Amino acid sequence: MWHFPIIAGQVFNGFSVASILLLTTLGLALSFGQMNVINMAHGEMLMSGGYLAYLACKFVHGPAAFPCAFLVAFAGASVLGALLEVSVIRWLYGRPLDTLLATWGISLIMQQGARSLFGAIGVEVVAPHWLDNSIVISHGWLAGLSLPYVRIFIILLAAVVLVGLVLFIARTRWGQWLRAVHQDREMAGALGINTKRVDLIVFALGSGVAGLAGAALALISPVTPTVGQSYIVYAFLVVIVGGLGSLLGTTIAALLVGLFSASAQMFTSVSFSDVLLLVMVIVLIQFRPRGLVAKRSRALQEA
Amino acid sequence: MKQQSTGATFLRIKAVGAVTTILAVAFFAVASTPSWAQNGTVKVGVLQSLSGTMAISEVTVKNATVLAIDQINASGGVLGKKIVPVIEDGASDPAVFAQKAQKLIQEDQVVTVFGGWTSASRKAMLPVFERFHSLLWYPVQFEGNECSPDIMYSGAQPNQQILPALQWSMELGKKRIFLLGSDYVFPRTANFILKKHIVHDGGTVVGEEYVPLGGTDFSSVIAKIKLAHPDVIFNTLNGDSNVSFFKQMAAAGITPAQLPVMSFSIAEQEAHAMGPSLVAGSFAAWNYFQSLKNPMNQKFVAAYKAKYGRDSVVDDPMVHGYEDVMLWAAAVKKAGSFDPQKVRAAAVDLEWQNSPMGNVKFADNQSLYQTAYVGKIQPDGQFQILWQSKEPLRPEPYDSLAFPGRSCPAK
Repeated sequence: MWHFPIIAGQVFNGFSVASILLLTTLGLALSFGQMNVINMAHGEMLMSGGYLAYLACKFVHGPAAFPCAFLVAFAGASVLGALLEVSVIRWLYGRPLDTLLATWGISLIMQQGARSLFGAIGVEVVAPHWLDNSIVISHGWLAGLSLPYVRIFIILLAAVVLVGLVLFIARTRWGQWLRAVHQDREMAGALGINTKRVDLIVFALGSGVAGLAGAALALISPVTPTVGQSYIVYAFLVVIVGGLGSLLGTTIAALLVGLFSASAQMFTSVSFSDVLLLVMVIVLIQFRPRGLVAKRSRALQEA
Repeated sequence: MKQQSTGATFLRIKAVGAVTTILAVAFFAVASTPSWAQNGTVKVGVLQSLSGTMAISEVTVKNATVLAIDQINASGGVLGKKIVPVIEDGASDPAVFAQKAQKLIQEDQVVTVFGGWTSASRKAMLPVFERFHSLLWYPVQFEGNECSPDIMYSGAQPNQQILPALQWSMELGKKRIFLLGSDYVFPRTANFILKKHIVHDGGTVVGEEYVPLGGTDFSSVIAKIKLAHPDVIFNTLNGDSNVSFFKQMAAAGITPAQLPVMSFSIAEQEAHAMGPSLVAGSFAAWNYFQSLKNPMNQKFVAAYKAKYGRDSVVDDPMVHGYEDVMLWAAAVKKAGSFDPQKVRAAAVDLEWQNSPMGNVKFADNQSLYQTAYVGKIQPDGQFQILWQSKEPLRPEPYDSLAFPGRSCPAK
């Protein structure tokens, strides 16, 4: 049973699962890490991204539809995230439990809203034809391995977004502000940084990336009102394993979780691999309670 | 039986406090007044999920049930009385089903209830119907293993849907079978029964996988399917997981022609909603297809489309919901009464020849004799019927191989 193409195929599947997880989690890592906000409605940002991509594909046709869908998903989810920040979260800073409850309520409202608008059965985004095929290796020691283009595309998308975010944080003025607020909110404020606006940008950006995850997910599975729910738990797992606010930690943790489930699923059933995953996470936080990459931050120490 | 439970109720009254006693007495006063059948109308309950995840399927069953009630009223009602449906929303939540069932029986004083879809909702309603000795008509195929005197099970038992599909598969020489399902009671029980029969019939189970309800990632499952080289996949996935599964199978380059999939939860509604092109070429087993060519079915489909729109489709659970009402009305006429106990007794052995799904009859175990069909999904979302059982099959709530020695309690 254990010939090479199968193992290679599972490693590839692990990367593909990890990519969607990574896209989902990046925004959460930013908002949780920077603002100490537990956003239970983050999964619904992913869901709205999926539905926005679906709508975009309905109204735009031809070769432009596909990039357009991703653009709309990103922009739309960002706007939604910004609205959420301005209308609810901004007023609840420093009250993590209230935020948790409020965002959970919003998540329920958004789910039922999607159900009323689009119906309980999932809608789907049909990938363009050039994503239909897969690379099939028919010679050599990897013979029999097939890599669907769709999954390759998702891995590339996640990589591009990750690099983009890293550059944004490391190289731009906004990124510098963001790091400053993350390290010491009061000091940054005292030095003239508009921390509220930085929070808003972080939140909108995180939601936008989750929207991208939704659009990517829509290529391989239907968009349903509850699709966010099936990812939010994993997303929080990844954030906690990775370490709050650390992009590097989040990336490593997403890969770890993705590869772990993909390999565990080969040995056991899908349901049981979830159990194993949770056990692994529990053991891991025993040894590294602050996550794989612990960041020092005054904001988090106070929390 | 009635006496037995009255005795139990009195014991309970002794055991608990005064408030409960008053409540219980009040309940007895209400329950013992047969205040149904007043003013030339009679109330029946229709209890399906009109909101939540199951709404998409259950609303259509509610529609078919209401259509039947309308048709009966148009031809003069039953025993000279007009039927008034009291429609309640089970909200895709078993606890709500139980609560609403009690409300229908106690407050609305309905004479019977048509409803339920998931096994969880049926299991939640069962004690309510047994307590009040009312009657539930359940329209969906299920895993068997249950036989309540207060439920009429018109949906297929395992031996009327799953096992005929296995027989079809074996006849075609497809003997290496991969079992795939969502992780809950129906797929687990169905596959338990299937495994016994596959081995018994000389086939091989080459794999068995369950994915959590609503699961969207099938990469590992598909890798395992590729390794196992099955002749056919028996699919008991539920809902949207099907879309993910078929999409990812296509992306992995496995076409229905190379590896047929036999599904037990995809009917016309689901094929229509999922996009027929996704599932075209795969197979399904049911006791009814919209494409059945008999005059009664053509009339039924036409009436449904006239009421609910030309683009609407009908499927197996819907036609069961429709026939449940018709069979109930026939049983009421035969019994000359709306009393659930008399109706139940009259319904047994009551035959409806040439119904939309063919000849049907309730057996003494309160499940329905019905014909099994295997169909192939066409690009338009309709089914081409490939195979059917020679005659209506007798329903067997307890499979003889999987659950030997168990049977419905004698009446």
